[in-house]
Amino acid sequence: MKLTDLPDSHGHFGPYGGIFVAETLMAALEELRVEYDKARQDPAFMAEFEYELKHYVGRPSPVYHAKRLSEQYGGAQIYLKREDLNHTGAHKINNTIGQALLARRMGKKRVIAETGAGQHGVASATVAARYGMECVVYMGAEDVIRQAPNVFRMKLLGATVVPVSSGSKTLKDALNEAMRDWVTNVESTFYILGTAAGPHPYPMLVRDFQCVIGRECLTQMPELAGRQPDAVIACVGGGSNAIGIFHPYIPHEKVRLIGVEAGGSGIASGKHAAPLSAGSPGVLHGFRSYLMQDENGQIIETHSVSAGLDYPGVGPEHSWLKDAGRAEYVAINDDEAMAAFHDLCRFEGIIPALESSHAVAQAKKLAPTLKKDQIILVNLSGRGDKDINTVAKVSGITL
Amino acid sequence: MSRIGQTFIALKAHNKKALITFITAGDPGKGLTVPLMHALVEAGADIIELGVPFSDPMADGPVIQRASERALANKVGLKDVLAMTADFRKNNTTTPVVLMGYANPVERMGYQTFAQAAKAAGVDGVLTVDIPPEESHGVADVFKAAGLDPIFLLSPTTPESRVEQVAAVASGFMYYVSLKGVTGSAALDTDEVSRKIATIRRHCDLPMGVGFGIRDAATAEAVARIADAVVVGSRIVNEIENASENELIGRVKALVQDLRRGVDAASK
Repeated sequence: MKLTDLPDSHGHFGPYGGIFVAETLMAALEELRVEYDKARQDPAFMAEFEYELKHYVGRPSPVYHAKRLSEQYGGAQIYLKREDLNHTGAHKINNTIGQALLARRMGKKRVIAETGAGQHGVASATVAARYGMECVVYMGAEDVIRQAPNVFRMKLLGATVVPVSSGSKTLKDALNEAMRDWVTNVESTFYILGTAAGPHPYPMLVRDFQCVIGRECLTQMPELAGRQPDAVIACVGGGSNAIGIFHPYIPHEKVRLIGVEAGGSGIASGKHAAPLSAGSPGVLHGFRSYLMQDENGQIIETHSVSAGLDYPGVGPEHSWLKDAGRAEYVAINDDEAMAAFHDLCRFEGIIPALESSHAVAQAKKLAPTLKKDQIILVNLSGRGDKDINTVAKVSGITL
Repeated sequence: MSRIGQTFIALKAHNKKALITFITAGDPGKGLTVPLMHALVEAGADIIELGVPFSDPMADGPVIQRASERALANKVGLKDVLAMTADFRKNNTTTPVVLMGYANPVERMGYQTFAQAAKAAGVDGVLTVDIPPEESHGVADVFKAAGLDPIFLLSPTTPESRVEQVAAVASGFMYYVSLKGVTGSAALDTDEVSRKIATIRRHCDLPMGVGFGIRDAATAEAVARIADAVVVGSRIVNEIENASENELIGRVKALVQDLRRGVDAASK
């Protein structure tokens, strides 16, 4: 079997993935699976998706040769896939457009979403406004405070933001609450899941909608650099931007695929969000994958300066790619990500999202070990306007 | 035959319906669970469902979520729940105990290791909420081989075509969640439930338990008229949450006695 043939018909990527949900959701997931299967074979659906990506999102997003950054880091040439230039400022919109079109096709007039940093919430609120749907976004009470500007953006777009005060009050708890809403309102409601995780078919359909990133790179890299990159680097929280750029490159065996998890205060400190680097397999949020858990199987709290990476699990396909040896996964600590954030601001005039800064930081480590004519492609998954308060705080500055 | 099967046969012989009561292990205190289990039985419970605390109880409403959080704050994990069951068995060898929880704590212990430890502790059935039949291959067999009944859920959204598939892996009893939504949800439409149960019975011989939305003697009676067992969870946990420690046992007993009266009224 080829690595690209997965998941199987039950949503399994080897031992990972699957459908681990209560009975109440089984019928809804089956309905979604059947409808998505029809949609992706429907030329009209795919044409509308592509039209929206081009005219509403602004795709294709450019690939940019970051020459000054490459000189600073010394060694390989660094190219950036500019997902930060998409409408709403991140890769998340690729997926929310796809799912909103599915929701409309299925006759659902209400959409719900979970959000951590708020990017997926904003992207969901955006498409709900675009297609005239009611939108409810669940967000950890802690994140509502950390990401106040995004909360306001969602409200401007007409969404209702529900703060979640259970558990650790972060992304995982927002996801629990969104699932509870879905269980209760399953007939009227479409759940727009924000990352390539959750029960089947979500990891597959989110990946498929995000693969536009990698497919564009396959065309753009030869045009711009004369060939494909030696390594592709992307940050991994749930892992949707990473799987979106990795997946089309899986058959290109010479291209190294490097996923970057949030190392927080360092793996040794235990305060991180790096299940692939330091976790073990388990079941959470409807699928089996690497998780951050204690010896009793309880999910442990994660730590990262980046709210979007602050998640104890990871999409099942990444677990599979790790075990299969096709992708490598490393961790970048908060301080390294912060330094890379400032580098990109100063040397390229680009304010990156803190999530994406983790990927840039890994390029900073890798570039000097490679030759000058080698190429690193970094997925710059989002822009950093949303993070300026966090950066100011970490730097001891009051705005 | 398992203790669960025997319990249903004995009740049927006396023309009675079963009352199944749920509490979360370790809530409100580690040392209070076993006394509460005995109190439930004294007040008229036929089967005890013991919730295994989990950090992310996706299918539960706020009442049981909070119980899970209190239990975790008391540092109660799956091993403690097994120890509590073993302790309960010192003074009660007849009332079935069903563990209800989520996959991950069991997966972490290992399904085989868990099944043997659970049987040794005196557990009779296991309901892992987030393991549907599709993902249960092997798991249900491991439980059955150890002498545990794997218990599964059916819901209002379960298509008729699926009931047989669920019934094929289940044993002990079938648990019909009478409402969409999470545990502790509000209203209950007994006519709707009644129709659905009739459909399910065409494909499934197991005793039918109905839960979600049962709050008092009246709703217990209404459900007992159409099901073999009445399952009450959030209402009891709610009582536990609002009782001080010295009134805890008394209040829970009074509530369960009231539910018992409701269940028995259906058989008159």
